[in-house]
Amino acid sequence: MSDHEYTPNSKFGKWFNDRLPLLSLVNHLTDYPTPKNLNYWWTFGGILTFCLITQIVTGLVLAMHYIAHIDHAFSSVEHIMRDVNYGWLIRYVHANGASMFFLAVYIHIFRALFYGSYKAPREIIWIIGIIIYLLMMAAAFMGYVLPWGQMSFWGATVITNLFSAIPLVGESITTWLWGGYSVDNPTLTRFFTLHYLIPFLILGLVVLHIWALHVPGNNNPVGIDIKKPSKDTVPFHPYIVIKDAFALLMFCILFAMFVFYSPNVLGHADNYIEANPLVTPAHIVPEWYLLPFYAILRSVPDKLMGVIAMLSAILILAALPWLDTSKIRSAVFRPLYKQFYWILVADVLILGYVGAMPAEGLYLLIARIGTIYYFAHFLIILPVLGLKEKTIPLPLSITEPVLGGSPNFAAARDKTEKIS
Amino acid sequence: MKNIIKYLTIIFLIFVPKSFAAENNAKFLETDWTFKGLFGKFDRASLQRGYQVYTEVCASCHSMKYLSYRNLAEKGGPEFSEAQAKAIAANFEVTDGPDSTGEMFTRPAKLSDKFVMPYANDEEAKSANGGAYPPDMSVLVKARKGGADYVYSLLLGYEDPPSGIKLDDGVYYNKYMYGNKIKMPAPLSDDLVEYSDGTKATQEQMAKDVVNFLMWSAEPHLETRHKTGFRVISYLIILTVLVYFTMKKIWSRVESKV
Repeated sequence: MSDHEYTPNSKFGKWFNDRLPLLSLVNHLTDYPTPKNLNYWWTFGGILTFCLITQIVTGLVLAMHYIAHIDHAFSSVEHIMRDVNYGWLIRYVHANGASMFFLAVYIHIFRALFYGSYKAPREIIWIIGIIIYLLMMAAAFMGYVLPWGQMSFWGATVITNLFSAIPLVGESITTWLWGGYSVDNPTLTRFFTLHYLIPFLILGLVVLHIWALHVPGNNNPVGIDIKKPSKDTVPFHPYIVIKDAFALLMFCILFAMFVFYSPNVLGHADNYIEANPLVTPAHIVPEWYLLPFYAILRSVPDKLMGVIAMLSAILILAALPWLDTSKIRSAVFRPLYKQFYWILVADVLILGYVGAMPAEGLYLLIARIGTIYYFAHFLIILPVLGLKEKTIPLPLSITEPVLGGSPNFAAARDKTEKIS
Repeated sequence: MKNIIKYLTIIFLIFVPKSFAAENNAKFLETDWTFKGLFGKFDRASLQRGYQVYTEVCASCHSMKYLSYRNLAEKGGPEFSEAQAKAIAANFEVTDGPDSTGEMFTRPAKLSDKFVMPYANDEEAKSANGGAYPPDMSVLVKARKGGADYVYSLLLGYEDPPSGIKLDDGVYYNKYMYGNKIKMPAPLSDDLVEYSDGTKATQEQMAKDVVNFLMWSAEPHLETRHKTGFRVISYLIILTVLVYFTMKKIWSRVESKV
């Protein structure tokens, strides 16, 4: 794994390292050559690791006080908020932490889209990332069910009912998921179990994600292959560590503002009403981070096709390395792709917006256009663009204008092109 | 092109929250809440008066099952003295037991008891209120869009129905209620309670006091949260500045900008 031979200084260190090369691993992680032109959009990997650990630690404490039973779940959450020492803080960090996690993961994904980080030889990193994202959505959805408020119950009812759209076996699968004939106590206990399990699956996948990353090394804003180590790279420690730390602290300030000053603004008021199977809320809406997919689901008139469209919207990302036919990674050198990229960003935001609105009239029309455009972006625009687009010549290195190098050297060095 | 989309996105983000707010048909009444803002705290006297309004007016129908009498004496709340809270608790009877002979018995409530509920169960609550269930008020403020402003407005939002709207018996018109129809009759009227601290019990005053009390009951640790939040964020800002300069220093070794 290490890029160069490493021998510990001490005798004991050497003895230990020969048997378990832990010190070699630490050495690899600190020396890991990183492109020196990484911008702040590259700090979200570290931020996401922080988010995952925060969710696991706060989740562990919450699980000590939470009771997964329909008669006690809601009141045990109130017990945490009122009587457990700093329970309010731990719960608000966990609840807002989920939103912050998704905020960071969306930036991370859109950074990869802009700079073509999913392209060869990084396809496996990308696909592992998509699996992590899917698991995050499952974990977040099941976590939202646990407080057993109105939105928990009805959200769970709506989402699990989607499975009944599957032909022939749909009904049986839904019954199997519920552990009964409706969302009830068995549903809650299994959701709790899975909600506890999934973060550890994510943790394992994160290790694979980083491992796969360390084979080719980081992509960079210029998107060219670089020699490692070279004048184009800096060692991970201290250069990237301190930069990640700085970005993480800024992220934490935003996080703290939510936790301490508007802890409920991202949630739905109805979830402070205990679940009641006999009363349906006026609007059933998922958490904000699922809204674009919710809009896609509802934009299709047929239930089964809607479910398929929603799932495809996520799974299509896994095929992205092959749908994007362009050999150039970074959008900096792809003038047309850059424009379509920003249209896609706007499209997803609009889908998120109409996902929160009632599915009728103008909203439904916008959702339909947005959905069609979303799929067109991946299935038509990207494959065609890669073949037709006239790209800007690439520089040959990050640092030096090599003979015959590109006139874009200055832009590459100054990193004037960033997502902003 | 890119800039146009960027600006569109920004405009979009500015208007999204506005259009969410525009969903409410009436603009909420405004009053100055002391618990809002960076250092927001509860007005102690108002919380105590609010408890009085709750217990003399609301409590005949609305439960507060997640609160205990001890909470009334805790820091950050109405901060009644322990003796006062004990006296308040002693006004209520709770069923306890079984005793050594196996019999259930009633005794005066203690600090550790939860607030005594007005009805034995939901069904009794419904049948006593024309089929409408008076919601538990422990987290009511958090359970309504618009929060404290909404509940305050609702309490003062009773009006004669506009011509053309016919109301059934036991249904009242409220400007702020979802669908404008509410089964709770206007609960407040001037001088309904007599405040011991000499404050004039106008409708607005009582509404403000009781909503203050409800806000506290929904967020009993709000004051600690604000205080801790200010410290945490201050600490983070100082640390961020220090790390920023450390980063500048470290990166000055390579000719690349951060």
